[in-house]
Amino acid sequence: MKDVLIELLRNEPLVYTLMAFVPLLWILPFALFAVWWERKVAAHMQDRLGPMRTGGWHGWAQTIADILKLIQKEDVVPSAADRMLFTLAPFVVFIGAYAAYAALPFSAAYVGAGIHIGLFYIIAVSSLVVIGLLMAGWASNNKWSLFGAMRSAAQVVSYEIPIALSLLTVVMVVGSFDLQEITKAQSGSLLNWFVFQKFPLLFIAAIIYFVASLAEVNRTPFDIPEAESELVAGYHTEYAGMKFALFFLSEYANMFAVSMIAVIIFFGGWNSPFGDFVSGPFWGAFWVISKSLGFIFLQMWLRWTLPRLRVDQLMYVGWKVLIPFSFAIILGVGLWVMMAT
Amino acid sequence: MKRYFKNILDSVATVLIGMKVTWRHLFTPAVTIQYPDVRLKLPERARNRLYVNMDDCIGCDQCSMACPVDCITIETIKSTPDINLGLTSVGTKKRLYVPVFDIDIAKCCYCALCVYPCPTECIKMTDVFEFSEYERQNLIYNFATMTASEVDQAKAKLVTYEQEEARKKEGHGGTRTETAGAAAPDSPRAS
Amino acid sequence: MEAAIEKPVTIPGFGRPLRSHEMVINMGPQHPSTHGVLRLELVVDGEVVIDMIPHIGYLHRCFEKHAEHMTNYQQVIPYCDRMDYIAAMSNDLGYAVACEKLLNIKVPERVEYIRVIMAELQRIASHLLAIGTYGMDIGAFTPFLYCFRDRERILDIYEETCGARLLYNYIWIGGLSHDVPSDFQTKVGDFCRYFRPQIKELNNLLTYNKIFIERTANVGVLPADVAVNYGASGPVLRGSGVKWDLRKNDPYSIYDRFEFDIPTGKGEVGSVGDCWDRYIVRVREIGQSLNILEQAIAAIPAGNVQSAIPKRIRPDASEVYVRTETPKGELGYYIVADGTTSPYRVKVRPPTFVNLSILPAMSRGAMIADVIAILGSIDIVLGEVDR
Repeated sequence: MKDVLIELLRNEPLVYTLMAFVPLLWILPFALFAVWWERKVAAHMQDRLGPMRTGGWHGWAQTIADILKLIQKEDVVPSAADRMLFTLAPFVVFIGAYAAYAALPFSAAYVGAGIHIGLFYIIAVSSLVVIGLLMAGWASNNKWSLFGAMRSAAQVVSYEIPIALSLLTVVMVVGSFDLQEITKAQSGSLLNWFVFQKFPLLFIAAIIYFVASLAEVNRTPFDIPEAESELVAGYHTEYAGMKFALFFLSEYANMFAVSMIAVIIFFGGWNSPFGDFVSGPFWGAFWVISKSLGFIFLQMWLRWTLPRLRVDQLMYVGWKVLIPFSFAIILGVGLWVMMAT
Repeated sequence: MKRYFKNILDSVATVLIGMKVTWRHLFTPAVTIQYPDVRLKLPERARNRLYVNMDDCIGCDQCSMACPVDCITIETIKSTPDINLGLTSVGTKKRLYVPVFDIDIAKCCYCALCVYPCPTECIKMTDVFEFSEYERQNLIYNFATMTASEVDQAKAKLVTYEQEEARKKEGHGGTRTETAGAAAPDSPRAS
Repeated sequence: MEAAIEKPVTIPGFGRPLRSHEMVINMGPQHPSTHGVLRLELVVDGEVVIDMIPHIGYLHRCFEKHAEHMTNYQQVIPYCDRMDYIAAMSNDLGYAVACEKLLNIKVPERVEYIRVIMAELQRIASHLLAIGTYGMDIGAFTPFLYCFRDRERILDIYEETCGARLLYNYIWIGGLSHDVPSDFQTKVGDFCRYFRPQIKELNNLLTYNKIFIERTANVGVLPADVAVNYGASGPVLRGSGVKWDLRKNDPYSIYDRFEFDIPTGKGEVGSVGDCWDRYIVRVREIGQSLNILEQAIAAIPAGNVQSAIPKRIRPDASEVYVRTETPKGELGYYIVADGTTSPYRVKVRPPTFVNLSILPAMSRGAMIADVIAILGSIDIVLGEVDR
């Protein structure tokens, strides 16, 4: 796609700028859909109906109505808040979530930036979110936001390690960080997907990755930073209007990004589960998006089922359960790969 | 060490059990209804907004005295013996005009203590619950149906009647025993 | 280490200077989890609570003063409803039993049976709300909706009987305001049959969930002697292992005719007297209330529920203290009569007021998230704490 555009416009910086906006074309409609879907899933799990009126059919326009309402709100900045940090924080969080989309292959023909160290880049860039959260909590000049930010920073930083370790297992099998390579290595049939390979090691690695990614995106059971019943709203208590909307957008963007990484690394990426049937560059995008939506549904399902972990228990799970298991898996996969060659 | 693994196994098992419960609930029909398009029928005894049927009110003040939050204000004017205010639906004779019967529904605590003592059952709790107003003054319900001129007329008539009765008593040199005002209506001495 | 800051700032209320590593933080009065308007002033060191003072009084509505100004004793009952607005029947029952003792009235058997049924339904409804909101405080949003769905069925039964869903004014001195509708026994029986499997589902979803157990076991441990010394009652006391329930230990109404058990906390998943024990006592009490309900609806005698309601209530100058077991604990009414038709003094001993006083003792050394868990397990209602 990049080459086509360069041919057309003959202006490389312009082409790169345009391509930087392409994931936004997906994220914005996705966030609108995902907020509505979350409310519907929550409602049906709770024996009620959710949005029904806005827009007619099952309230599909509810999120659009919410965005319109948020745009109209007064942009309140607390008087004792650190103005510049307060304003920048939502953008930093969004950048951390959005930059990961550059390296994600939506299909065999499209990847924003075909970096050879794609996976490494993604893990590195998602860490920017921590800075944004700390800025939000500190700049709000609110003790509760500070609590939320501190907890969130500790949580996100701790859970990056199991994420990286579980992703490393697949890198060891494939021998490359390039996401397109990893996806191509799973082509062929359903059983080529890495979650079924080297059974049960990579299966456990997938579970570890999924649980750790829940902590990265602050979803229940790891949502103590935004624990509604304890900290009012955690680090985004003082945010109103569009800045709050931007935090929400970043949360959903992040959710989709980590789901897509799980799908690409473990569940075949843009490969069709039927092998060559129903595959191709456009079908690839369909498959990767549907599989990611399945994981997003799983995240929502867990949110509405489980209570949340206290922050020290969260740390325990991260450091004393996920990390030892991921080390063990790395050892196991490494030995397996070594013995296979 | 064993407890470590048991904890992990317990966690995974209970999480899956919980997920099964919520999964099953995804497919059960919703228990909520789409109000205001669909409304539930309230039971017969439902206690919501008060309603007073002024035709039946005899001005006995029982409801006002029974109210624990003093939300009912009643003023009455005695009627003179020559006026026939009519009967209530249960057959009692009305002897009082009721120019003021205000219920401040914002103060009302919906306890229905005013309903039980009413001798003619004219004050009732209906099943109307959607009566919000933009102005708080509109929540003071005025049930009385007398116009200002009727009220003035009744007051003037009462004053005249009482003056007449007082003159009559003086005229007879106080040989008649004091009787309550309401005893006079059927007396042939009514002037 | 523990170095005092240069110009030590005395924390108002605590009477000691604020050390450099401590922070004073306010939880409430507007807070999603303090179950009403309660202000908790916490001195924390990071996440750990070092000291706490609860500030109450935000919902004080002068119930006791109002009671003195009512023209008769029956008029006080709507005010009694509004103290513990979640378990209004139990408040009314306590007051009615106290006045009946004052006036030496014996109510008909039918009234007694219906009162017990209403009180036990109210116990189930109140515990459902406590369990649901406790789950929500811990982070599980779904059990809250399930509990409320089941609570709605109870409120529907109440609405058909007396017309109101939350504040009933149903139990009067000497009887009831209405007789029950003709399908009352069927409805209550249906509810009992419907509800027993729901307890199993609740257990699957919340009670035995490992994350919930991790959040509540060994948290806020209240030893039995401390509980008794503070005057705790209800599930807070029974969670610490003390088998004390006024329905069995000091029976009122006709509770001595029913067979039911008193669940106590045994430290099954943690220590005796932790939050999980108080929670499981409530869940098991729901089961026991269902037993009482099934026994009671099978045995309601016929009769007139209003035959013993006195036309004029004018007790002699005397006083009475009567205590009943509400879902929250021991509710006491101390009524002083002076020979007129309105009470001279009505003093209420609310169970949650006393239970709340244990909160600082239980939360020292706990984390902020634990304070929420402990507060939820005490199950306070600010309407009753502040009256």
